[in-house]
Amino acid sequence: MISFIAILFAGALFAGFIGSLTGLGGGVVIVPLLTIGFGVDIRYAIGASLIGVIATSSGAASAYVREGILNIRVGMFLEIATTLGAITGAAIAVFAPTHAIAVIFGFVLLYSAITSLKTKGEIKDADNQKGSKSDRFVEFLKAKGSYMTANGLKHYTLHHLAGGFMVMILAGILSGLLGIGSGALKVIAMDSIMKIPFKVSTTTSNFMIGVTAAASAGIYLTRGYIDPVLSMPVMLGVLIGSLFGARILIRSQTKKVRFVFAIVVTMLAFEMIYNGLAKNI
Amino acid sequence: MTPNLKHWNDDRMREIMGSLLRFGVLAAASLVFLGGILFFIKYPREYFDYSTFKGEPPRFRQVHLIIREAFNFRGRDVIQLGILVLIATPVARVIFSLIGFLLEKDWIYVAITFIVLFILFISLFSNYLTF
Repeated sequence: MISFIAILFAGALFAGFIGSLTGLGGGVVIVPLLTIGFGVDIRYAIGASLIGVIATSSGAASAYVREGILNIRVGMFLEIATTLGAITGAAIAVFAPTHAIAVIFGFVLLYSAITSLKTKGEIKDADNQKGSKSDRFVEFLKAKGSYMTANGLKHYTLHHLAGGFMVMILAGILSGLLGIGSGALKVIAMDSIMKIPFKVSTTTSNFMIGVTAAASAGIYLTRGYIDPVLSMPVMLGVLIGSLFGARILIRSQTKKVRFVFAIVVTMLAFEMIYNGLAKNI
Repeated sequence: MTPNLKHWNDDRMREIMGSLLRFGVLAAASLVFLGGILFFIKYPREYFDYSTFKGEPPRFRQVHLIIREAFNFRGRDVIQLGILVLIATPVARVIFSLIGFLLEKDWIYVAITFIVLFILFISLFSNYLTF
């Protein structure tokens, strides 16, 4: 049992490290690692993965919440959508056949691999403040903000609240169904749809992941999907790995790592889809 | 309320939020680590099979049992308490936000935060409603 735990810890350490380096998060690798690599039932795997997701999100958020870039109010408003989605997704997971979950997981992996290859950070922030007629709902929710950049204080207003809210519900459902953070989808909802500046989107997304995952984890815990012995190495491994990853990320640009990781994730995706269709999972 | 005072409150809120999250994750990780060591001392060789789903017993599932059993210092019970603390950490952050918005008298966000909190509690205590 000790060797099993040790290998699992090493795997989680690596997943957390690479996950934070590439921005994909550790969650997407933990479930394939446990199911395909160790033959663990996917329900236990999703439970353990969710615990890892909460740990990394909260750990990372504790560091940058002070920086004042993320928008607490916008995050809180959108958490209505993600938590509602999360408990819906977790409730579906209780009834859905496991091989169907494996197939969906595979397709989400495939999608994550593709989006991770797009260069991030270079995306131009849409001309945000000028000439946009903000509707009354935006005013009511005070759905705007500002943050410090090198060129001074930058202001922004939110757009397309309803559309962003819907995508956030979907992000929550996927998070609850598959035990992942759905960070990529959250960033798309904020950055592309609601026109929130990229830096605000990524930090607010990570901030929301913990609450979203906690909403599904409550259901998984009370339904008996979260095993202490499996979750222990996953949580500690992913947490420590992601802390190292965040350190290195600051120092180096990681295009090559991202490319290799995308290939690995693509292979895992096909493996999950195949095993799901063959009803091995 | 002057913008200045409000700004001060938001900064203060972020400050405390950061400490809250850090404390929660550290406490959870310590409990999980401690529980892991206790578990290895007791079961150095046994192998647990996870290939078929059986579901966890109530002492790993229900909030009040997890808290009660942890005081017996059995490895897996201590780990499970750590996991409960971890799940409670984002929930505590939301509760703290609620207090922060109350202090700022930002009633719209008091309401929004209350809805999020309500959903989180449904999730954690749903089994008490259905069984």
